[in-house]
Amino acid sequence: MKCDEAVDRDLIKRIETNYLEISRVSKTFEGANGIYPAVQGIDLKIRKGEFVTLIGHSGCGKSTLLSMVAGLVAPSEGGIVLEGKEIDGPGPDRGVVFQSHALLPWLTCRENIALAVEAVFPQMSRKEQKDRVSHFLDMVGLTEAAQKRPAELSGGMRQRVGIARALAIRPKVLLLDEPFGALDALTRGHLQDELLRIWEKFGTTVLMVTHDVDEALLLSDRVVMMTRGPAATIGRIVPIPFRRPRSRMELVRQTGYQHWKGEILEFLYGEGDAKRRPGGGDLQKTGAPEEGPAFVSTTDNR
Amino acid sequence: MEKVEMEVVFQAEETVRGSEEKPAGGPATAAEKRRVRPLRLDRLILPLLVFVMVLGLWQAISQSVAPMLPGPIQTVAKSWDLIREPFFDRGPNDKGLGWQLLYSLRRVAVGFSMAAAAGIPIGFLIGAVPAFHRALNPLIQILRPISPLAWLPIGLATFKAANPAAYFVIFITAIWPIILNTAFGVQKIPADYLSVARVLKLSPWRRFTKILLPATLPYTFTGLRISVGIAWLVIVAAEMLTGGIGIGFFVWDEWNNLSLEHIILAIFVIGIVGLILDEAMGRLGRRFDYEMR
Ligand SMILES: Nc1ncnc2c1ncn2[C@@H]1O[C@H](COP(=O)(O)OP(=O)(O)OP(=O)(O)O)[C@@H](O)[C@H]1O
Ligand SMILES: [Mg+2]
Repeated sequence: MKCDEAVDRDLIKRIETNYLEISRVSKTFEGANGIYPAVQGIDLKIRKGEFVTLIGHSGCGKSTLLSMVAGLVAPSEGGIVLEGKEIDGPGPDRGVVFQSHALLPWLTCRENIALAVEAVFPQMSRKEQKDRVSHFLDMVGLTEAAQKRPAELSGGMRQRVGIARALAIRPKVLLLDEPFGALDALTRGHLQDELLRIWEKFGTTVLMVTHDVDEALLLSDRVVMMTRGPAATIGRIVPIPFRRPRSRMELVRQTGYQHWKGEILEFLYGEGDAKRRPGGGDLQKTGAPEEGPAFVSTTDNR
Repeated sequence: MEKVEMEVVFQAEETVRGSEEKPAGGPATAAEKRRVRPLRLDRLILPLLVFVMVLGLWQAISQSVAPMLPGPIQTVAKSWDLIREPFFDRGPNDKGLGWQLLYSLRRVAVGFSMAAAAGIPIGFLIGAVPAFHRALNPLIQILRPISPLAWLPIGLATFKAANPAAYFVIFITAIWPIILNTAFGVQKIPADYLSVARVLKLSPWRRFTKILLPATLPYTFTGLRISVGIAWLVIVAAEMLTGGIGIGFFVWDEWNNLSLEHIILAIFVIGIVGLILDEAMGRLGRRFDYEMR
């Protein structure tokens, strides 16, 4: 996955700003009961190091989109390009944190991470591999639980192992599918902080699915909102302008926070409302408060 | 996530794991499962009570409607020599019960091992490769319900000897639960685990040893446990027909001697050995079951 040596500056710049490029991607599932167009005409360009969250109603196709970026599901139409190379299958350059954590229950935490490290860095010596595993266990604060199996861990600990496993393979893009969905508010908060810290440290590009508007506001550079399925698409993209590093306590008191939150909620709850649909005029509304830029809206494809 | 096509092919099978041992409620933690249950009185006293009642009923029947049938006391009295000395050896046609059992168990071990050696790989192939499943499933469904004894003439004709024929009959009847449960286990592997393998680009070998095998082993062991029970059922019946030394032939021989007491003793012994085999297999399986460790 090395960049071509002889690329000129413009190209590098283009690649940096369009680091991950999702172009006209559609996915139609063919099942026993007919075909189902899950997502349609998704266009999204993500900068290197950007933190983007995907938000939308249940079943609209967020996981499907994430899986296509992961390469686990092939798009029916369109393509996804990462760093100038088209994605045509899963690979360790895209770390995935699964909603169900997907830790192997017969392996300890350490072994789960070691499996990833050994598979992705076979050229490392045993010692280097071992150190790497220890390092990432330590990073998510699970050194003590290293020898435990997933069944013996709390939900939050499992998600942390999942995150450590995804990060330990040094991915270019980190894909998270509602990683904190099943956790209580307190644990969720801790893990959000931890994720932010890690992201700031590594500068990894992150695409994360969430249901939680506050989480999206705290973490993201941009919030991508999807319309309802079938044939879901990107309804609107909201850049989140708050200064970093962010802290949740300051954030809620910031002017504008409630406004942005309202905007997202309005999109989510207004979108299903039949009266608002025709023309999608409401979706185009811009009404940024003094400190924020205007919304960058994409057109509703329907 | 892409949902792996998880056709549940072999459901509605008493041979499929899941119905047994698992409480219906939420999954118990490993620690809970490991905890030894306190020996409660009703676990001991109630079964004993039933046992005594059955003995009483048996005694009553033998005294009233079936005078040919020896009662419990008579059974123990007349077969006391056999109980006391299980390993006597007075020539090829007169050996103690212990020897008869060992001969039978050896046949079971051979036939069962062959069934496992063939059944586990076949089960993996069927579970992992849909083409294999489509190709083999009709044949399996036809062969599976065939009574073991119907195979015996085929075995005798093919191998022209009693022992190989017995191995064959055990093999051909014990292999199906192993194949079906293993295949079912492979198909039941959560799609996420396979996605992990794909994201990490695991080599085929690692994919097999780190994911496929550990995920499937508990199912395979359920199949093995059912199979060992079948093998034990089958061998007794087969030996009655093939002769030689073995607990099944012993029963047949004693029937010809009209020694019902010995037959009843043999029945008890067969039951207890079956129980031990089942328990041993269950314990072995638990050692390989990631949920129970
Ligand atoms: N393998 C599949 N075959 C057929 N339909 C599928 C498949 N995977 C997903 N779908 C359908 O595509 C739609 C989008 O599913 P997806 O899992 O991406 O939703 P989601 O936005 O992640 O929902 P949630 O927020 O509940 O996780 C759903 O209607 C789902 O039924
Ligand atoms: Mg989802």
